[in-house]
Amino acid sequence: MTLLCLILIPLLGGLLAWYSQGFNPNLPRRISLFTLITSLVYITALTLTRPLARSSQWLFDESHAWIDRFNITAHFSMDGLSLILILLTLLMGLAALSSAWSEIDKHQGFFYFNFLWTLAGIIGVFLAMDLLLFFVFWEVMLVPMYFLIAIWGHENRRYAALKFFLFTQAGGLLMLLSIIALVVFHYQQTGLLSFNYHVLTLTPIASPMAIWICLGFIIAFLVKLPAFPFHPWLPDAHTQAPTAASIILAAILLKTGGYGIIRFVLPLFPDAVQFWSPLMMTLAVASIIYGALMAFSQHDLKRIVAYSSVSHMGFVLLGCFSLNMIALQGAVMQMLAHGLSSAALFMLVGLIQQRFHSRDLHQFSGLWRYLPQLSAMGLFFAIATLGMPGLGNFIGEFLVLVGALEQHTSFAVLASLGLILGAVYSLRMIQKSFFGPFSSADSRPQDSTTETMIHSRVTEKLHNTDTEIQANLASIATGDQASAKEAEQVKPPTLPSPYPDLSLKEKLTLMSIAAGLLLLGIHPQPLLDMLAQPLAQVLALYTITGSAS
Amino acid sequence: MNSLLMNDLLVNNLLMAIPLLPLCSAAVLILFQPNDRWTRILGVSSVSLAALLALILNVQVWDEELFIIQASLGEWLSIDTSQLASLGGAAQHTGALKLSFGLYLDPLSLVMITIICCIGALIHVYSASYMLQDADQCRFFAYLNLFVSSMLILVLADNLVLLYLGWEGVGLCSYLLIGFWYQKTDNNRAANKAFIITRIGDTAMLIGIILLFYQFDTLNIQQIQQQSQTFLLANSPEENPLIVLSCLLLFAGAAGKSAQMPLHSWLPDAMAGPTPVSALIHAATMVTAGIYLIARNDALYQLAPQVLLLIAIVGVLTLLLGATSALLQTDLKRILAYSTISQLGYMFLALGVGAASTAIFHLMTHAFFKALLFLSAGALIYCMNHEQDIMKMGGLRKKLPLLALSFAIGCAALASLPMTSGFFSKELILQQVAMAEQPLLWWGALLGALFTALYSGKLFFIIFMGKPGHAPSHKTPTVMGAVLIVLMILALFGGIQPQGVVHQFGELTLDSFSGLTPLEHSLPILVPLFGVLLAWFCFGQSSRDKPADKLGLGRFIHSGWGFDTLFTRVFITPFKKLTYLNRHDIIDASFRTLETISYRLHLMFNRLQTGQLRRYSASLIVFSILAIAWGVIR
Repeated sequence: MTLLCLILIPLLGGLLAWYSQGFNPNLPRRISLFTLITSLVYITALTLTRPLARSSQWLFDESHAWIDRFNITAHFSMDGLSLILILLTLLMGLAALSSAWSEIDKHQGFFYFNFLWTLAGIIGVFLAMDLLLFFVFWEVMLVPMYFLIAIWGHENRRYAALKFFLFTQAGGLLMLLSIIALVVFHYQQTGLLSFNYHVLTLTPIASPMAIWICLGFIIAFLVKLPAFPFHPWLPDAHTQAPTAASIILAAILLKTGGYGIIRFVLPLFPDAVQFWSPLMMTLAVASIIYGALMAFSQHDLKRIVAYSSVSHMGFVLLGCFSLNMIALQGAVMQMLAHGLSSAALFMLVGLIQQRFHSRDLHQFSGLWRYLPQLSAMGLFFAIATLGMPGLGNFIGEFLVLVGALEQHTSFAVLASLGLILGAVYSLRMIQKSFFGPFSSADSRPQDSTTETMIHSRVTEKLHNTDTEIQANLASIATGDQASAKEAEQVKPPTLPSPYPDLSLKEKLTLMSIAAGLLLLGIHPQPLLDMLAQPLAQVLALYTITGSAS
Repeated sequence: MNSLLMNDLLVNNLLMAIPLLPLCSAAVLILFQPNDRWTRILGVSSVSLAALLALILNVQVWDEELFIIQASLGEWLSIDTSQLASLGGAAQHTGALKLSFGLYLDPLSLVMITIICCIGALIHVYSASYMLQDADQCRFFAYLNLFVSSMLILVLADNLVLLYLGWEGVGLCSYLLIGFWYQKTDNNRAANKAFIITRIGDTAMLIGIILLFYQFDTLNIQQIQQQSQTFLLANSPEENPLIVLSCLLLFAGAAGKSAQMPLHSWLPDAMAGPTPVSALIHAATMVTAGIYLIARNDALYQLAPQVLLLIAIVGVLTLLLGATSALLQTDLKRILAYSTISQLGYMFLALGVGAASTAIFHLMTHAFFKALLFLSAGALIYCMNHEQDIMKMGGLRKKLPLLALSFAIGCAALASLPMTSGFFSKELILQQVAMAEQPLLWWGALLGALFTALYSGKLFFIIFMGKPGHAPSHKTPTVMGAVLIVLMILALFGGIQPQGVVHQFGELTLDSFSGLTPLEHSLPILVPLFGVLLAWFCFGQSSRDKPADKLGLGRFIHSGWGFDTLFTRVFITPFKKLTYLNRHDIIDASFRTLETISYRLHLMFNRLQTGQLRRYSASLIVFSILAIAWGVIR
């Protein structure tokens, strides 16, 4: 029951949150907070009771009867990889909750229900070791997400939600077909009907069809990742989703694609993967470059971050199909780091939108002047995404490049273009939004008068400041020591900020994400150790057949 | 190796404290944002303390010929692939990837940290006065401290990835400081340009580092050096093309950071930042990181003589480019920027002919006199109420005697007039080039020296001699003056004892210049003198109203040999056009065609559902007949 509880807690919490709305509209979010914290405490307690054993990959393993007739069980297992990703899920869930806290003001109960159920679905995906069960959770995380976008989204939400649903559903369908085909072939080969991951990985199917079954899985995961050319749903979904949903989408949902490849595709189809590997690496490089180019040409902040996700997840794909330890470690590190940094960036965009009612770079600029804290945070995370050493994203990209370069030099070299292009679009984003003279085409009709008042006040103050500085300079020029000292005391008056800077809650959330990125960047070793065993297992399966062939 | 390995706990702790002090102070400044007074105290004192520690370290190892001090700030990451082998697979040959935050101090890095800390401390003191009126001092000192810390990590790193961390760190700080006055769009453009151009080099360098990892199975710089030496001693005739390639890629990184052709064009624009920043980052320290990188990997580069030759050629071309462009500029800071490019070219030339220690020696003296020049320029600009055009100045020697003196010393050292620090180092470079028997390079360097003397003289004569131009509106603040005096002393006497620095790296023997002809001996001394005289005749008698000639060639040289235009035409415009054309994402469009098609189909089939009974019965009859016919025919 230990692992099942991990999924049940958010499921029940979601139901409770929905139900509680009738009593008090503030209750659902408190219940969600409580649920997430409970889950976090629970999983920490779990891992503390069972320290990582070097001997076995799996920390927990449990099975419940489900559909006996087809030998389908509710089989859950957890190893280092799942553990890390579940922790990421819960922590980013908290970040998303923090941004939803005051943003969501209608149907709170149903929102938090969907919110928690998505998280439950994702946790289920990371735990399920029975292919059919995996598929079920794959859908469980999808449907509530659809509602999150379709109900609480922005202006064009229906379209975006439908697009998201169709893309992932098509991928899911392919996966379902592949699962069934895989099981059938396995049955023909061994006479054993099983959907169980542990069983299926023991005897990889030796049929020419394996290549196509493998492709079915891969496409499902590529859509989720998303990789070029299956990415078009992402920018729309991100732009239209409410901030909290964007955070979940970018930080966690995309990671299920990478997880699926590492967990299922690589161990299940060793030969087919080698067949597809060149194509997949080409797609990875295409994602990296194409995503970066697209990010450069956008002027909607959310679209920029969304396309940058495509670019960064390309590194994950590259790492997965480089098929060596360093690259795989890098792929997972990249998933974690991207989870943190993109969540923070989406949160920041949400905050900007709250203040300026726009995400369009043409609509505002020079935010640093009035929102120095928010802008500093934006600067930090943009710098993190462009791969500054010392922060998590660099570790991911560096390890992937090291791993990829070993055998696939040209792919690695092309992928490294992403580092340059990453700098290009990130700096453009920073420059256009935070730097330059302040301007805002904020068109709140009711505020238009106060707006002009503020502007006039600001310019007046500015003028005053200028004259004061001039006076100070003049006093220094006369060499009057006393007045120079005085000038030191008299500071230019701080201008009144027409827009509120970060609140304590926002600051705290962003600071913790920043701290997480820093930790990933300078002390990734505990995570790498945790991942070593599961990834070695994946590759060991691999290299045996690799050397045999 | 008879080097001394110091394991003294005190020395180790000293070493660790040096990069950590500015780092901690940067963190405090960013997180707690103290008031301006405390900001200045914290920002200045942390770097000064680091400088003090560096000097103590110098005293500690003063008598040692060779020494190595190592300290570790902890492990970074290690990925052990041997675990795989135990599980049965042995396909991968890769050894373990191990990185640590290890610091490594030998004579080379000691020289570097002494320069960085001392010049850094002086410039911090100067900035405290220069930025007194700025509302954003906290941010300024935080960035500046972070820069010093990154630079120290860069030169102390014992593995290439840690070096890369410092390398990117200084690049980031340079970006932030160029765009420090963020409200002006031009500053941001310059900052972006600097970051992106250096980033191109950096990415090449990262690839080079990874290639080296696969060649040497380690990223530790010293181990790579030792292995290269073994290769060299083994004297294997065939060269490893991958090592040559990685050397080339590392040089690309160095060229980006140190503003060598063709990646030089960011440096003149980088002058948009506050002047102390230009002095510290874009003259004295960061831009010399490339020289340090190649000097550090000296043994590795011995394995790739072609790359060394390329470095020398690029060095000569760059020094000519810088010197000629500097001659035609009228903006004070841009003159100095181009002169920095040109002096860096000299250093690369020295590296290219295999005289790494000479390059470092010139790096040191250049740090002194260029910091002096920039800080004087800062003071001058401050006094002239933010006027940067030298054509509007003139006859200032009476009104600003201190600055006149500091400029005189700085320009003399830059022109390498005898008895200044620049003289010793530049003569040494020219001698080394002559000994390397590369006459073309030698003549190029000599021509560069002539131009250097010419523009140095021009700079000084136009500003301080001749007809008075705009009058200064301020006096030089005391603190700035004090810093300038210290730097003047360094710029004058910093080169007196080349042995003091140079012998620490062993290899150079100063008494071996016997093979030079008298011409090769005397020309390098006479040419700068001639250049200054020429400058006196051309510019001494006040011809400042004459605008710089804007003929085709003049414009070409003025723009830094037209690289900006070239890059804009070849890369930037097509890039922008391409991305703009595809801003709606062609892939998305193709998926949307699917949507359009199904919508059309929907409309088409919709039309069949008219709700009219006769239509339905008609189609029913038609299809029944067809079905029957089908059955009959079969």
